[in-house]
Amino acid sequence: MTSVSSTIFFILTFLSVYVQVFFLLTFFEKKRKILIRKEHFELDEYPGVTIIVPCYNEEKTIVGTINSLLDLDYPKDKLKIIVIDDGSKDNTWIVIQEFTKKENIKVIQKKNGGKYTALNLGLGYVETPFLGCLDADSFVDSQALRRIMTYFKDVHTMAVAPSIVVDNPKNILQGAQKAEYDMAVYNKKMLAFLGGIHVTPGPFSIFRKKVFDDLGPYRRAHNTEDQEIALRMQENHYKIEHCPDAYVYTVAPNSIGKLFRQRQRWIYGFLRNAIDYRRLLFKKKYGTLAFFTLPSGIISVLSVIFLFIMFIYNITHFVIHKILQIQMVGISAPSSFRFDWFFFDTKTIFFISIILYTSVISSLLIGRKMLEGKFRFSADILYFMIIYSVLAPFWLLKAIFNAVRSKEASWSLERDVGVVQIKN
Amino acid sequence: MEQQEQFDWKRYVIVFFITLGLFLTAIYVSNYFSNKKVAQLKNIQDTISIDILSSETQYSLLSELSCKNVSDSILSSELADLGHKIEWGQQNIGTTEELNYLKNYYSLLEIKDYLLMKKISAQCKVKSAFILYFYTTAQNCSECEKQSLVLTGLRDKYPDLRVYSFDYSTDLSAVKAMLNIYKIQDTKLPAVVINEDSLTGFHPMEELDTLVSASFKLQEAITPAVNSTQATKATKNKK
Repeated sequence: MTSVSSTIFFILTFLSVYVQVFFLLTFFEKKRKILIRKEHFELDEYPGVTIIVPCYNEEKTIVGTINSLLDLDYPKDKLKIIVIDDGSKDNTWIVIQEFTKKENIKVIQKKNGGKYTALNLGLGYVETPFLGCLDADSFVDSQALRRIMTYFKDVHTMAVAPSIVVDNPKNILQGAQKAEYDMAVYNKKMLAFLGGIHVTPGPFSIFRKKVFDDLGPYRRAHNTEDQEIALRMQENHYKIEHCPDAYVYTVAPNSIGKLFRQRQRWIYGFLRNAIDYRRLLFKKKYGTLAFFTLPSGIISVLSVIFLFIMFIYNITHFVIHKILQIQMVGISAPSSFRFDWFFFDTKTIFFISIILYTSVISSLLIGRKMLEGKFRFSADILYFMIIYSVLAPFWLLKAIFNAVRSKEASWSLERDVGVVQIKN
Repeated sequence: MEQQEQFDWKRYVIVFFITLGLFLTAIYVSNYFSNKKVAQLKNIQDTISIDILSSETQYSLLSELSCKNVSDSILSSELADLGHKIEWGQQNIGTTEELNYLKNYYSLLEIKDYLLMKKISAQCKVKSAFILYFYTTAQNCSECEKQSLVLTGLRDKYPDLRVYSFDYSTDLSAVKAMLNIYKIQDTKLPAVVINEDSLTGFHPMEELDTLVSASFKLQEAITPAVNSTQATKATKNKK
């Protein structure tokens, strides 16, 4: 039993270190190509862009979201905004109607049908060569669109994902997520270099309209339509780029319950989409996605679950031993403790763990350098390490459990898709 | 449409070798520390071995003339500490040939210490009690685990108690001789020998506690005229 578990442990840690080395090697090879622009610049041309903002019960954040779009440093006549209320039960519809005075904003109310139905409804109104969507809990930096559009100079680029940053973290949980998002910026850029991006995130990914004309609209895709469309694009060899200096600020879940539900939905979506697109796995023509992105996602899920089981096993073993000790000898003060380096664990796995943790922290610091211009160590990193070690196994297990049972993680229920009202 | 990067095997192979290199480095560093630890164990064992040999020699030279000097060099806690480290080493470093050898050597030192201490205890009227404990690591022995906990508890309670642990499977003729003398069978482990009585199976704290305190009382009864100053000094030295 022990030898089997240590063999699995070695294989999984080897693969986890492999993933980190893969990213680091790519970073050292390509770091000069990472474009972080501070100065203002002009584009040769400003193509029309439509941004679809689907919202469901977002009365508190939607105004900020739309205002951030209106503040984009992009010609107003080239920017269209379609706000779609997906049957909200709060005052979202009333709030967004305030924006109908603006020429370039269209607001639509429809019956609740799920995010992808709102997006698809919006797609029907797009007349510009480019489009994007923005979740109603996110805000864009004024330079984001301008910077993203430079990547479309390459005629092969079909979509560009931005860098998502946690907006103003107010508690430890949000701080931990900020650290995680910083790391994701680095990972995404490295995947972009290798053509292996598997998500075009809901907040402000910009697409050529051709993508949807050629490949069809969004799909339900287990409530992670932003993963599915990216996988569909990869299957059709449509190039996805990442623009590290296009910042989109998102409000991270502020409670464990909300974070748990969000992650469970993401992981569930990843697993189900990976199953749906399993035909891509290890096929040479799908490159990095087939040999690295999808397998490494699966490896990380397995590693976390395995580590968690090992942890529970060790804790149980320790508790049983302590109970036995109390039963045999009674509760007594421990005999004098004296530190002896001899008992310091120097097993191979200890040094491998150091390598693994160092590489994860390096990834995080590189991501931060890309965002903030400097390597900065903060308490967020520790929060991230601790909180995610404790919580991630639970949402992973729940997501796997649901994936096995094929139970959908809820974003909102799918019902009628019919339009109720359109204004402007 | 084209992907920006053609799929290249070279990258995967290079990353594999870098990762392998990191793993081999980790294994090398781990081995380095393991070897250091084994070397440390050897050192401790050599020191104890010299201590015991020296005490034996002193004892032979001086015989009954001076008990005071003889007791000075025997440090039971060091021997127990060494036993603990060897056991930890076998669990965490792995049951290597070197550790097995050290364990055999350790068992031999225990027997020598036991014989010497018994003589000293009898001759110099030092208050002490002895437990020989036989266990097995060959099969999963939950009773042995419980018995070890009880003996550790007893040792904490009685600093003058000397517990000598022997692995049944130790491949050493001296240990086999002990097993024969006390008629210990592998089917009846754990086994505890106290006051020359051999008890098989698990025995709870209360039972052994009574036996150990009886053993101490027995000595007090036999040697009522013990020079208390001398006994205290000997005890102190042992601690």
